[in-house]
Amino acid sequence: MSALAARRRTLPGFGLTMGLTLSWLSIIILIPLAGLFLKSLELSPEQFWNILSSRRTLNALRVSFGLAFAAASVNLVMGSIIVWALVRYRFPGRRIFDAIVDVPFALPTAVAGVALTALFAEKGWLGAPLAALGIKVAFTPVGIFVAMIFIGIPFVVRTVQPVLQDLDPEIEEAAGSLGASRWQTIIRVILPSLAPALLTGLALAFARAVGEYGSVIFIAGNLPNVSEIAPLLIVIRLSEFRYADATAIAVVMLVVSFVIIFAVNRLQRWARSRVPAR
Amino acid sequence: MKDKTPVTIEVRNLVKTFGSFKALDGVDLKVDGGELVALLGPSGSGKTTLLRIVAGLDWPDSGEVFINGEDALAQGARERHVGFVFQHYALFRHMTVFENVAFGLRVQPRAVRKDEAGIRARVKELLDLVQLDWLSDRYPSQLSGGQRQRIALARALAIEPRILLLDEPFGALDAKVRKELRKWLRSLHHEINVTSIFVTHDQEEALEVANRVVVMDKGRIEQIGSPDDVYDNPATAFVHGFIGESIVLPVEVANGAVRLGDRPLDLAAGGLAPGASRMFVRRHDMLVGPPGSGAFEGAVRHVRNFGPVQRAEVALSGGETIEIDAPRDRELRAGDTIGLDPRRYRIFAG
Repeated sequence: MSALAARRRTLPGFGLTMGLTLSWLSIIILIPLAGLFLKSLELSPEQFWNILSSRRTLNALRVSFGLAFAAASVNLVMGSIIVWALVRYRFPGRRIFDAIVDVPFALPTAVAGVALTALFAEKGWLGAPLAALGIKVAFTPVGIFVAMIFIGIPFVVRTVQPVLQDLDPEIEEAAGSLGASRWQTIIRVILPSLAPALLTGLALAFARAVGEYGSVIFIAGNLPNVSEIAPLLIVIRLSEFRYADATAIAVVMLVVSFVIIFAVNRLQRWARSRVPAR
Repeated sequence: MKDKTPVTIEVRNLVKTFGSFKALDGVDLKVDGGELVALLGPSGSGKTTLLRIVAGLDWPDSGEVFINGEDALAQGARERHVGFVFQHYALFRHMTVFENVAFGLRVQPRAVRKDEAGIRARVKELLDLVQLDWLSDRYPSQLSGGQRQRIALARALAIEPRILLLDEPFGALDAKVRKELRKWLRSLHHEINVTSIFVTHDQEEALEVANRVVVMDKGRIEQIGSPDDVYDNPATAFVHGFIGESIVLPVEVANGAVRLGDRPLDLAAGGLAPGASRMFVRRHDMLVGPPGSGAFEGAVRHVRNFGPVQRAEVALSGGETIEIDAPRDRELRAGDTIGLDPRRYRIFAG
């Protein structure tokens, strides 16, 4: 009976695809990560702790995670507004703007870094007027923040866009005819419906910003303890042949990222359980 | 809300175009307090546009709308206190049934908003009214179409609307549920006594539920009348063709006589304008007699039985083929030659 049922499975190829999936994910993701952990085991717990609690490491982690979170939050707000304009209104050049959103996806990060640096340098188009106001962007943490915003924006836009497109404008009309103000409609109806997608976009933009290297190192100035990001510190340690130090920082980044992504994932699930599929 | 006097609705000379498409082309309509009016017409006739303009979800190019004698166009949808039920319900997916119904109460200005206990009591009352209080913790995705429709109605009623507007309320439901909900809507309307307009393309629905029917076509009102009126005394060819099944025959009116092809028909042509016209007869108004009797003669092609009637396809001697419904007391058979006499008919020019 069960053999018959197995043979009659409507979608054949389960064994093959499942096997390929597991081996591929192991080779590409799991084994390198395990290697990372193993390498960090060469350190005694005390050494591990000393590396992590050094001022430079802590500052680098703080810069990376703190600015990544700030940048992802800005992207969440601005990305939502951009999505709203792109989805809800028809204006000349809409398609062009829609395509421009993808530029940070496609641009080599080093190119982005050079472009941003040139723009925000003290003599650059934006850097000069900002410098006149006393704001320095290039070669400061603000520069890192700007670069992280730049590379994160498409993640928010592209995750929220399809969900907003699916959101029936009739529910806004319904809210309005029930007496809700525009603001109440946004807070009580639109945002809750978009919440799972917004959280996904936030998580993706954050993850991307934490891991960003290419565009940031050009604009950051890379001053230890001030504008040095954790990935750069890893590279520096590697170039000093301090492999264990590098892996220790990497492991911490991995664990923290994992915890944050996991937390966002739970949050997302919770939000989605309140917005069941149609 | 039962003790309030129902509100009147009046629209005057409404015009609305979408690009080059004229959705409304000079519409005048008066709805008395407490009426249940059906806007009936094919798609593109402008009925939904008219409903949306009354609700404040669309704005006319010109014309006036009065609710309870007040100029409604000076108000937005929010201020009009209109309950609107959308064709696809437009329930809030992320809220439970309870919260959906409570929405209109929760967004009220603080000064008039009920407290939590008051909101609970009111929602309970409404869910009882639509007989779905047992679903209050579900989400809309867990409900059937008919249940969603009733929740949408409860939600619209929560704000104690002055008028209730329903856009194709049963359009997305299957036939059986639709029939049940029709009866239910009529008795609900009786109970709450709120002036209501609903849009439908289903003539049966309009005739069964409404106490007045407004037939629309191409952005104009063709006829306003009681269900009996629009069925028995259609004002225009469109209404006759749209409501009920009609036999349509091209006829010629000349010198006080009606001709079908080159045959004169034994029918009175009094008061008819001469020229090419169309004759409309209900299928069941064609009386069957022996050959030679009546205005038409024809040969029965084939016969099928539909419950109490037999539907016969008859080839008239002039060449046209028509379908008639005859009672089954006189069995028709394919090949019979019969005479046909229209008991009631209308002839419209054009």
